[in-house]
Amino acid sequence: MASSRPKTVYLRGVRDGLPFVLVVVPFALVFGVVAVEAGLTLSQTMGFSVLVIAGAAQIAALQLMVENAPLLVIVATALAVNLRMAMYSASLAPHLGAAPIWKRAVVAYLNVDQTYAMSMIRYEAEPGMTISEKLAYFFGLATPVVPLWYAASLVGAVAGARFPDWLALDFAVPITFLALVAPMLKSLAHVAAALTSVVLALTLAGLPFNTGLLVAGFCAMLVGAGVEVMMERRA
Amino acid sequence: MSLSAPEIWALIAVIGLGTYLIRFSFLGLLAGRDIPGWALRLLRYTPVAVIPGLVAPLVVWPAATGGTPDPARMIAAIATLAVGAWTRNLLAGILAGGAALYLSLPVF
Repeated sequence: MASSRPKTVYLRGVRDGLPFVLVVVPFALVFGVVAVEAGLTLSQTMGFSVLVIAGAAQIAALQLMVENAPLLVIVATALAVNLRMAMYSASLAPHLGAAPIWKRAVVAYLNVDQTYAMSMIRYEAEPGMTISEKLAYFFGLATPVVPLWYAASLVGAVAGARFPDWLALDFAVPITFLALVAPMLKSLAHVAAALTSVVLALTLAGLPFNTGLLVAGFCAMLVGAGVEVMMERRA
Repeated sequence: MSLSAPEIWALIAVIGLGTYLIRFSFLGLLAGRDIPGWALRLLRYTPVAVIPGLVAPLVVWPAATGGTPDPARMIAAIATLAVGAWTRNLLAGILAGGAALYLSLPVF
């Protein structure tokens, strides 16, 4: 892409970001629906989607809010779900670290699963990209993804209260989460972590203050990393 | 939910700020620093370590049935997981789970 200027690169980002609409829209719709069902107002629902923009953490927080978990546990669990983004931040840093601080601040806000994954693929495939091209591409990716995240949350929230009980929308949350996790089960270590998480979360469900999930999640991370080390030694 | 409006807004603000700081970490606050290998290894497993534990009780003890295990919801969960793992496609998993749920709800 020797001849490409930032504008063309931006449009290429928009194009590469478009397929993610199929992922983002259903997830945001589900969040909007369950948030309103759980008793959040329209503005609270949108507050979540605009300030947090992280579906899994938003739904996790919502679930714990419904269960009347302590505020501290809700915050800790939601942030635990988002800890992976520290890794995103670290892998983007070598590519975008030279940009002005305010641009990096905007990138950080838009640093979601989809923009991160796609931009890293492109940056690694085309090492010759300049910093302004890399930024333009990243903002291009975010252009369809983030506004549609807001819009679909709003649609879900507005439509949400009108769904009848027989639709069993309570189960939209587990289905969405399972559909999110299933493609991640790509190695023995990932499967081991997931199984540990399930078994411990169920056996520790009685722990006070809904802390069972945090303990289960922490142990499952250790198991995943441990199995990975074991497999590497064997290989 | 027994939370008051200010409590809900406080939660949104704190989770929003915390999430932003995590996203900004190595791009801004910790710029130029390397993330230690062991931390990277652990972080790789956060989604897969937290989300299944969050879902498991919802599948096994659904609130909609008063916490009694429900075959229709189990079947839907298994269908979502199987199709999701096989196609590696989020939307396919959601559609399979929804179809399995609506097909098995009238049966059980």
